[in-house]
Order: sequence, then C-alpha cells, then structure tokens
Amino acid sequence: MTARDVVAIAFFALIAIFLIFAALMTHPFGELDDDYTPDMDDYIIQNARNETGADNTVTSVVFDYRGFDTLGEATVLFTAVAGVILIFRRLKK
Amino acid sequence: MMGMSRIVKTMTGIAFPLAMIYGLYIIAHGHLTPGGGFQGGAVVASACAMILVAYGSVWTIGKVKEKQLSILESLGAIGFIGLAFFGLLFGAKIFFDNFLVNQNTLPMFNEIGKGVMNINTAGLLPFMNFAVGLKVIAGLFAIVLVMAYATRKGGITE
Repeated sequence: MTARDVVAIAFFALIAIFLIFAALMTHPFGELDDDYTPDMDDYIIQNARNETGADNTVTSVVFDYRGFDTLGEATVLFTAVAGVILIFRRLKK
Repeated sequence: MMGMSRIVKTMTGIAFPLAMIYGLYIIAHGHLTPGGGFQGGAVVASACAMILVAYGSVWTIGKVKEKQLSILESLGAIGFIGLAFFGLLFGAKIFFDNFLVNQNTLPMFNEIGKGVMNINTAGLLPFMNFAVGLKVIAGLFAIVLVMAYATRKGGITE
C-alpha cells in the first residue's frame, strides 16, 4: 500500500463521512423551519401576474425577477459551445 | 457517417416538421404555457439532431456551416443582453426591467394576460424567450454538428 493509496482512502473516508452527515442533517421534506417567513414566495405568487403580465409565473420568475440568473445560465451554455467548437475544430482536417 | 437507410430518411422527413412546430410553439408560448426558451430550444435542437443522425454529418455540414450557427447563437446572446439593457433606458432604470408592461412605451404589448390565447401579453418576456430560444437552438445544434463531423469515419486520425 503506497502513500498515494493512503491519501486516496483518507479522502474517500472524509468525503463519505461528510456526505452521510449531510444526508442525516437534511431538512425534512414538506416541513417549515421555525424562523421561516414566506415573504418572497407570497409576494411573487400574488403580484407576478399584475407586474409582469405573464400567465406563466415560472417564466415571469426566470426571465423577470431572476433575469440575472438566466443570464448566467446563457453564459454557461455559450461557454460550453465555445469550448466544444474550439476543441473539435482541430480534429476536422 | 453517410446517413441511414431510405426508410429512416423518409420517416425523419415526416417527423421533423412536427417536432419543429412543437418546439417553436413551446418557445412562442413560453409566457403562457409551461416551457420557454430553454425547453423549446432543446426540442428544436433535438429535431435538428434527428436530421443529422438520419442524413449523416457530411451531408448536413454541406447545408449548415458551424460558423452560421455561431453567428446565430451570438445574435441570441446579444439580443438577450440588449433587451436587459433596454430596461436602463426606459421605465424604472434597472437592469432586467420589464419596461413594456404597465407603461405606455409600446401600447400593443401593454397588457396583462387574460388567458392562454393572449400571446401579446407579458411585455418583454416573449422577446427574451425568442432570444434565448435562438441561442439554445444554435448552440446545441452547433455542439452536436461539430462533434458528429469531427468523429466521422476517417475524421480524427487520418
């Protein structure tokens, strides 16, 4: 057993313990926190239709309230396309 | 890849317009029904990938160049960011301001949705859906096309 194996096993055990504890400490599904205040959800559900005019509230969140987040998604796609074209263009000829 | 048999090509010719119409419907009705630019763009790009599989990458790259797809994708990205920046000129002067709704900038789109058939509602959201849809169509099809053409028979090593 080399030192490389020892380091690998130690990292594996560390990450496994971390993941197990994270799974045990997850929030129970469907239950609210004690200090949970649903201000944001209620505001969007009640006002999205009048403020953005869209019937689809999900679209009004994705493109209006959280438009900056969608810009990040589009940037991720753009970067992926640029990387794929950059790599595979060398293989063309 | 020189394409598949005549049966597959014929069935692709039948299925391609239907998939195209479905994807474009999802993009155009993104602010009314479930879906939007990303989802409808993925459907349309899948239809284009079906053409690519059935007819082969050599035939397809004779019809569509990757440079054209790159230009289309950049147009979609510039349109999206440009529509976001237009909010700084009109209305509340914030980034990603939906300046067409509840204002008299362009009265045709100044409406609140009354049902799923009112497509001229929601102000800026349909235009953003179209920009993102164009970007996703061109981007995903460019990825599939370039990978298929680079890994064709005799494409990598020789």
